[in-house]
Amino acid sequence: MLAFLIQRVLQAIFVMFVVALISFSLFHYVGDPVLNMLGQEATEADRAALRAQLGLDQPVVVQFWKFVVNAAQFEFGISYRSARPVTDLILERLPATLELAIISAIFAVVMGIGLGIYTALRRRSWLANFIMTASLIGVSLPTFLIGVLLIYVFAVELGVLPAFGRGETVRLGDWWTTGLLTASGLRSLILPAITLGLFQLTLIMRLVRAEMLEVLSTDYIKFARARGLSKRVVNLRHALKNTMIPVITIIGLQLGTIIAFAIITETVFQWPGVGALFITAVRFVDVPVMAAYLMMIALVFVVINLVVDLLYYAVDPRLRVQGGGK
Amino acid sequence: MSSTPSSVNQSAGIGHEPTAAAQEPVLSVRHLRVEFPTRHGTLVALDDVSFDIAPGEVLGVVGESGAGKSMTGNAVIRLLELPGRIAAGEVHLSGKRIDDLPEEQFVPLRGRHIGMIFQDPLTSLNPLFSIGDQLVETIRAHLPMSEREAREEALRLLREVGIPAPESRLDSYPHQFSGGMRQRVVIALALAARPEFIIADEPTTALDVSVQAQILALLKRLCADHGTAVMLVTHDMGVIAETADRVAVMYAGRLIEIGPVDEVVRNPQHPYTKGLMASIPGIARRLERLYQIEGAMPRLAAIPPGCAFNPRCPHAQQRCRDERPDLMPAGGSRAACWLHDPVDPLPPRLDLEGQEVSHVR
Amino acid sequence: MSQDVQTRNDTAPVVPPKPSKWRTFLDSDIVYSWKRQPVVILATLVTLVMFAAALFAPWIAPQNPFDPRQLELIDAFAPPMTTSDFTGNFYLLGSDSQGRDVFSAILYGSRISLLVGFAAVIFALVLGTALGLLAGFRGGWRDALIMRIADVQLTFPSILMALLIFGVIRGFLPRSMHAEVAIIVLIIAIGLSDWVQYARAVRGATMVEKSKEYVQAARVIGLPARKILFQHILPNVLRPVLVIGTIGLALAIIAEATLSFLGVGMPATQPSLGTLIRVGQDYMFSGEWWILLFPGMALLLLALSVNLLGDWLRDVLNPKLR
Repeated sequence: MLAFLIQRVLQAIFVMFVVALISFSLFHYVGDPVLNMLGQEATEADRAALRAQLGLDQPVVVQFWKFVVNAAQFEFGISYRSARPVTDLILERLPATLELAIISAIFAVVMGIGLGIYTALRRRSWLANFIMTASLIGVSLPTFLIGVLLIYVFAVELGVLPAFGRGETVRLGDWWTTGLLTASGLRSLILPAITLGLFQLTLIMRLVRAEMLEVLSTDYIKFARARGLSKRVVNLRHALKNTMIPVITIIGLQLGTIIAFAIITETVFQWPGVGALFITAVRFVDVPVMAAYLMMIALVFVVINLVVDLLYYAVDPRLRVQGGGK
Repeated sequence: MSSTPSSVNQSAGIGHEPTAAAQEPVLSVRHLRVEFPTRHGTLVALDDVSFDIAPGEVLGVVGESGAGKSMTGNAVIRLLELPGRIAAGEVHLSGKRIDDLPEEQFVPLRGRHIGMIFQDPLTSLNPLFSIGDQLVETIRAHLPMSEREAREEALRLLREVGIPAPESRLDSYPHQFSGGMRQRVVIALALAARPEFIIADEPTTALDVSVQAQILALLKRLCADHGTAVMLVTHDMGVIAETADRVAVMYAGRLIEIGPVDEVVRNPQHPYTKGLMASIPGIARRLERLYQIEGAMPRLAAIPPGCAFNPRCPHAQQRCRDERPDLMPAGGSRAACWLHDPVDPLPPRLDLEGQEVSHVR
Repeated sequence: MSQDVQTRNDTAPVVPPKPSKWRTFLDSDIVYSWKRQPVVILATLVTLVMFAAALFAPWIAPQNPFDPRQLELIDAFAPPMTTSDFTGNFYLLGSDSQGRDVFSAILYGSRISLLVGFAAVIFALVLGTALGLLAGFRGGWRDALIMRIADVQLTFPSILMALLIFGVIRGFLPRSMHAEVAIIVLIIAIGLSDWVQYARAVRGATMVEKSKEYVQAARVIGLPARKILFQHILPNVLRPVLVIGTIGLALAIIAEATLSFLGVGMPATQPSLGTLIRVGQDYMFSGEWWILLFPGMALLLLALSVNLLGDWLRDVLNPKLR
């Protein structure tokens, strides 16, 4: 157990280190930060001063060390484009992204697992076949197109839901703003959450279905049937638990991609989150924002990976009790 | 427990052919036909299979892989893999027809009246549930017991199948047991609700040779104690000779010979059975060399008309290619071969017969 | 049970009459499964039509939408199926704010989408196969290095990788060049974000092949490594690569459309389908729905049918590869 944990944590640290290296290289080699911040007209003296102020005259290793130390304190410097601290920019947009991502994830996981079980158990029914065919559309279509089409149908043609923005928000505590407490905030959340969750939903559903069908064909399920256990017990107690083991892993990893895919959804719905911030940064080569976003996403992924490993460990007794018997 | 291979005679007392008519058979299969519709047409996996099993009797079912042995067991307990289906015939359990029951009414029969043991103990147990969990849920599915009583019963079952220190093993997971121990757990599970009949599908094939004899002896002892009838599916004639009362020989989805184990082993009547027995080292040890049947069993899609064995049979004649033989009395058993037609027996090809006799000497 | 049936099929001696190659093909499982699935047949037809339309766009399209001199500003916002009173031009699917014919724009746009898609897949395929062969055949530190990079990259979704690579490449180029080289940058960004799958599959297959006796024998008789690699191993690892590639094409088309939609792909002067949709979104509320919906439908059809086709091919060629 401990060895396993340590190995996973070391791996996580390694990934973070590599990402930090990439982010730092971005800073250091992509464009000239001084030129970016001061523009063409600045004097040589101004540039040298800023260079010293940013520590760019120090050896690369020292600079990297400072970058890592700063990053560990969520300190990523000043945005080239808006001349504000990157940390502030991200913090004020983080609640919007997290709320969207969490609601989408719940939507995708609950619906995905439910539909997956249904389509596996009722494999031959017309409804299951219809859901499977429809899910192909969900898997094949680009997220942004789904979003645009949803806006067209529900906002433009039917006019029942807002097309963009977050609606009214309420401030909670120091910096968290939430759209979950107002009617317009909730209404604004529906289309983006569906857009963002739909792809993951179909993926989870197809995965649950495939795994469940595989589990249903195993000997231990056949033996459970041969012992006269009821259909309900066989399907929902035995088969489901075995299905969930591989599914947990992939669902966990998919949740990470939800945050990444929020970039697209936020652009479609002009949602004021960090994804939209990142896109603007890429468009204008705003390196500090790109680097900070990269580090943030990497952290999210690494943490999710760790949690998934631990969950896996908790569910599967084969991992939990190594060599307990003979 | 650790019985040495017992002599064949020991078990020969019970089920002589025909099955004791006074007793109603626990299982009666009549004209069973199983089909697999495929894109190349319908495959007939079982064709007109009929047999009885008396209470407490052990019927061995032998044949090459693909002959339909396992299929017969799966059809009886209605766990055929799709798209396989029972196309014709009847299955009676203790006199009651069960093949036409709706699924909801069939489910409670499994485990309670018909048990089943599968080949591989490593994959038969759900790895995510402790064996105690699996036993308790099985017991409570069939018997009106509280959780505590069921746990007690589970302990008793584990003790009965020879798991040492069952109290400490009840909460263990399957991966913590050896293969032989797992098969003991599987047997405990199959017998948990005291079915009067169990199907054992190659129960020892996946085990170490050293463990096989123990498991067989255990199975035989438990079934004798509880009066449970067994349909023992195996390709291992040694297992049959040691365990079964009667033997059914299958070929290409058909039953071609059935009779008391002594008769079939020592005095096989169907040419295929003769070849099969002669090809087994243990039984045909007086032979200088092992016998081999020429050719291979036909594919399900290409079963020849008439007797399915005719292309490989040294005695095959025109009638064998035209008409399909039913089981008919032959020596101490019954065989599906025109050589034994009570009205108009086909003359065996004597030159071959002579050669065969000289072989056996 | 079904296993029993299988075994039986195998053991029987089959003596087939020698059919012609074409007959064998028509009789194969691929054709059988194709004929049985109307959805797949439809997807094939749609794909073929769209490929042909893209290929022959210059001959089919009434105007070249990339050439500003051919655009009639006076015909801007013409609804579908109208003939302009000013120029006499017929606009089948309407025109946009620049007077650009939407039908022509879709034809030229899918041309770019397909071009980027194919080129990116080939780029990823070649790179991934080469690295996979290297890692699998040579092993050691090369293997460790390549696979660690692959692991880190796999931690992130490929669209994010593509965005990042796109941003980095642009950072190195002067801003004035961005529009000109957009198509190449897109190909590299999408290709680089997608090589890992190929590399992993090839590495696995290579290691399996390498341990087989014929390769061992070839090594023992002193065949040079290059010869073993290209004559023996490469042909054997191509099948999984092609299977991944068929799905990869759909993914690459979607990635291109997404990047262009996000405004970091093709510029509005050379619109791909994604760019057209981004531009069209602005006119959604003012009633000019055709500027958005027709390119949207075109992308929907293209992505769906290529995906269906790739999915089906993967299942037929290799049911085990998930």
